[in-house]
Amino acid sequence: MHPVTEVHYLALSAALLLIGTIGVLTRRNIVIILMSIELILNAVNINLIAFSHAWGQTQGQIFAIFVIVDAVAEAAVGLGILIALFRNKETVLADEIDLLKW
Amino acid sequence: MNFLDQIWLIPLFPLLGAAIMFFIGRKLDPQPVSDVAIAPGVEPVYEHGHAHDHGHTPHHEHHHDDHGHGHHSSPLKKLIDIICPGMVLLSFIFSVGAVWQLAQSTPRLHQVIQFTWIAGLPFHMANGHLATFQADWGFLLDPLSSVMILIVTGVGFLIHVYSIGYMAHDNGYYRFFGYLNLFVFFMLMLVLANNYILLFVGWEGVGLCSYLLIGFYIHKKSAGDAGKKAFVVNRVGDAGFVLGMLLMLSVLGTVRFTDVNALLRSGNFAPEIHGFGVLSAISVLMFFGATGKSAQIPLYVWLPDAMEGPTPVSALIHAATMVTAGVYMVARSAALFQLTPSTSTVVAAVGAFTAILAATIALVQNDIKRVLAYSTVSQLGYMFLALGVGAYWVAIFHLFTHAFFKALLFLCSGSVIHAMSGEQDMRHMGGLKDKIPITHWTMFVGSVAIAGIPGLAGFFSKDEILWQAYSSPLGSKFLYMIGLVTAGLTAFYMWRMMNMTFYGKSRVKAEVAAHIHESPPSMTVPLSLLAVGSIVAGWLGVPKVWTLFGESWRGFEHWLAPSFASAAVEAAKEGAHDASVEWALMGASVAIAIIGIVIARYFYHQKPEIPDSIEKAVKPLYALCYNKWYVDEMYDFLFVNGLCKGGGEVLGAFDRNVVDGGVNGAGWLTRFSSQVSMWWDTWVVDGLVRFTGFFVKMMSYPACILQSGRVQTYAFFVVAGVLLMFGYYVIR
Repeated sequence: MHPVTEVHYLALSAALLLIGTIGVLTRRNIVIILMSIELILNAVNINLIAFSHAWGQTQGQIFAIFVIVDAVAEAAVGLGILIALFRNKETVLADEIDLLKW
Repeated sequence: MNFLDQIWLIPLFPLLGAAIMFFIGRKLDPQPVSDVAIAPGVEPVYEHGHAHDHGHTPHHEHHHDDHGHGHHSSPLKKLIDIICPGMVLLSFIFSVGAVWQLAQSTPRLHQVIQFTWIAGLPFHMANGHLATFQADWGFLLDPLSSVMILIVTGVGFLIHVYSIGYMAHDNGYYRFFGYLNLFVFFMLMLVLANNYILLFVGWEGVGLCSYLLIGFYIHKKSAGDAGKKAFVVNRVGDAGFVLGMLLMLSVLGTVRFTDVNALLRSGNFAPEIHGFGVLSAISVLMFFGATGKSAQIPLYVWLPDAMEGPTPVSALIHAATMVTAGVYMVARSAALFQLTPSTSTVVAAVGAFTAILAATIALVQNDIKRVLAYSTVSQLGYMFLALGVGAYWVAIFHLFTHAFFKALLFLCSGSVIHAMSGEQDMRHMGGLKDKIPITHWTMFVGSVAIAGIPGLAGFFSKDEILWQAYSSPLGSKFLYMIGLVTAGLTAFYMWRMMNMTFYGKSRVKAEVAAHIHESPPSMTVPLSLLAVGSIVAGWLGVPKVWTLFGESWRGFEHWLAPSFASAAVEAAKEGAHDASVEWALMGASVAIAIIGIVIARYFYHQKPEIPDSIEKAVKPLYALCYNKWYVDEMYDFLFVNGLCKGGGEVLGAFDRNVVDGGVNGAGWLTRFSSQVSMWWDTWVVDGLVRFTGFFVKMMSYPACILQSGRVQTYAFFVVAGVLLMFGYYVIR
């Protein structure tokens, strides 16, 4: 049984980041996109935790907690905007909402 | 009392009377001024028709039967009878006093300058010298003006007294007397003025008063029209007078009579620049002014129409005073006219032609007042004939005698009209001799006087005019012949009038005949006094050949001699009287007068059918005379329609085409230029702006495409950017 090293963490983190990014770019449902953003944030968290463990320092773990809090707030705001949007546009599909056009 | 220094009071009295009438006259005689308030259908009370041509309605009767009743009974109204004639009487008394004292003094010239009216206005005269224009409020009493003030106040007073009776039943009584007094005031200003400017004040003033008095019956359109006609025709002449006055000012530098005369007689007024042509221009212009006031060709047309006014007005204005203003003015400018013989010739020709033209018209008129009106024009023609041949004193002499007998005739005609309840047409008169005896006898005297029967006033002055026309260096046999024929015509038409009015069978309408009555004493007394004047006035100028009478019987000529200084010299030159010729001429004029009277008597008394047959025989000539030679129609055609209306049309066309054209053209130009401007704005200015916008839009299009509005696209760019940056670092 191989021990879990930083490379594994980094690989997992890179995989999560890739999955999250692809999800953000390709999925149409805004809820899914928000979830994909959570994946990206968690990939960052894993990175922070991994390096915190490897270098025996706690700043990474504390920073990760901030990121989690931030993610919660972001999700709350994002879902709030989404609900308001849905009320007006009757849709949750990102490609049907192009109000930011010129 | 020194009347000479108080001559300013002479015109002041009538002005005071006019002012009183103006301010409180209404209180004294509260009758309505016009018939506006009277319901239609009800004949206004005062319309008993003094000035009606044929108007006589049954209601006249009771107004003529009850003298002293009606609204004449107002006690305050008596005050008007006292104030207005009283003021003129005061003027007359002061005039007599002043003239009496003038006769004592040497030289016989008295100038009083009350104050300077227009003070020193410097201006450049025509010869470049600097002069000061000054007009005084000053009075000049010399033999000429003394004769005039005596006529104006004396005859004027009698006419005032006559008006008390004549106008008793008319409304606007105070208004009438106020106008009369104002008229006398202005006439006195005219004859007493010591310069042309002040003379012009009186000149215009009498014009105004004649307008007011001719149009006195304000409810009658014809009266108003006649007033306007008189006013407008007089203005035409006044234009000439003003121009002459200004030209005189620019040549001589002064308008004061004494200075003007002195300058002209000395010849010291720079003729080196103007020669004597400019003097002729001045005198012609002034004479043109005189033709307006004194009713000469071409401006006589207003006088016959002026008969629309009440009869005393005709007597005052159109016989004794206003129409003499022109004669007076020319006589006053004698020094000027003596220097311009060519103008004098014009004056004489116009006078002679006017005399005979008016006499021919008077031959066939049927309105008693119109006969007298044309007679006045004719007699004024005589006066101008005398002025034109240089016999200035004779003109004034005729003016003097004419004032008596013509005022008398007019007032008699007024008395006849009064008796006839307003009838003026002589065809409806006849046989009035015994019904109104005083009027008949006084009118008889007047007619004899004007006809030129020896012993009465008209003979002396008219005969002197004829003799001067024959013998003066400026006269000619032709002028004399015209004058002689006119004398015959005068005698004829006057006796035609007498015969038609007083003698023969009565042609009076039945309803009028019952009420014929003699006029009240206030009318007959002035008539009698004027009749006496018509007899004796001529004896002031007995012909030279009547050697039985001494020089003292020729007082009028000697009295006036100082006013026409060089005229007297002229007269002395032709002093070599050919007595036999003068006797012959005198015999001729008396003979033609008697022939005229006899023919008139024969035609209109013994054989009344003859005039009709003559009328039929020379129909066109009769029509020509009856219609006043169609002069009114000609003026209508030439000036009223031709010049005024035609000119109005020309001006209208000018307005429409040129003025409006200019305005419209300017408008079109503005529109056109604004169209161009709009095109430029639309296509060039807007074009540039739009192009700028379009260019920016075009250039920005690629950038715009990037902004799809889709969140994921933006996210893709972010990811791509990140990858690019990482790629860069990795590859480097």
